[in-house]
Amino acid sequence: MSNIIAEILLVTGVAFDLLGAIGLVRLPDVYNRLQAATKCVTLGTCFILFGACFHFGITAGGIKALICAAFILLTSPTGAHALARGSHKAGIKLWEGSVVDKYHEDTNM
Amino acid sequence: MTGYIIVLLLASFLCLYRIALGPTPADRTVSIDILGTIIVGFCAFMSIITGRGYYLNIAIAWALISFVGTIALAKFLEGRGFDE
Repeated sequence: MSNIIAEILLVTGVAFDLLGAIGLVRLPDVYNRLQAATKCVTLGTCFILFGACFHFGITAGGIKALICAAFILLTSPTGAHALARGSHKAGIKLWEGSVVDKYHEDTNM
Repeated sequence: MTGYIIVLLLASFLCLYRIALGPTPADRTVSIDILGTIIVGFCAFMSIITGRGYYLNIAIAWALISFVGTIALAKFLEGRGFDE
């Protein structure tokens, strides 16, 4: 039973990782790429680590996989936020099809 | 298990494509961040396949170093010094 759950989690995680990488290549500007890739790849890698935890059970390996998943969940959104803020302050333009830029409106009142 | 490894390698090569052809430095930085997260999943797969636990130590260390590198590159992109 535990092996079946681990297999399902691993398949889901690998599929999310691949979809995030495809979004990184296909989308038009840096903000869209950041939005697609960060969320998909964070969820996919967390699913892979949960699958490893189910595969190992309550051992040292399983606990290490859980710690690594918690760390990824904490740091990946923080890094993405810093990157989006940094690229906006560096003056990188939005895609011409974008309709709203709230950060620009808020900082240039 | 080999199929999963091939799919993860394909995702890594898509990230490398964006690093090579990204029009701005921000695109390359985003790709480096995403590639680091994919490599953490790759280390988890290697620990499942080989049955050895020390690949998960590598995964934790890689996540730490990748986060510090991403923050440093983001601050550099923003045009600030490292001590602000």
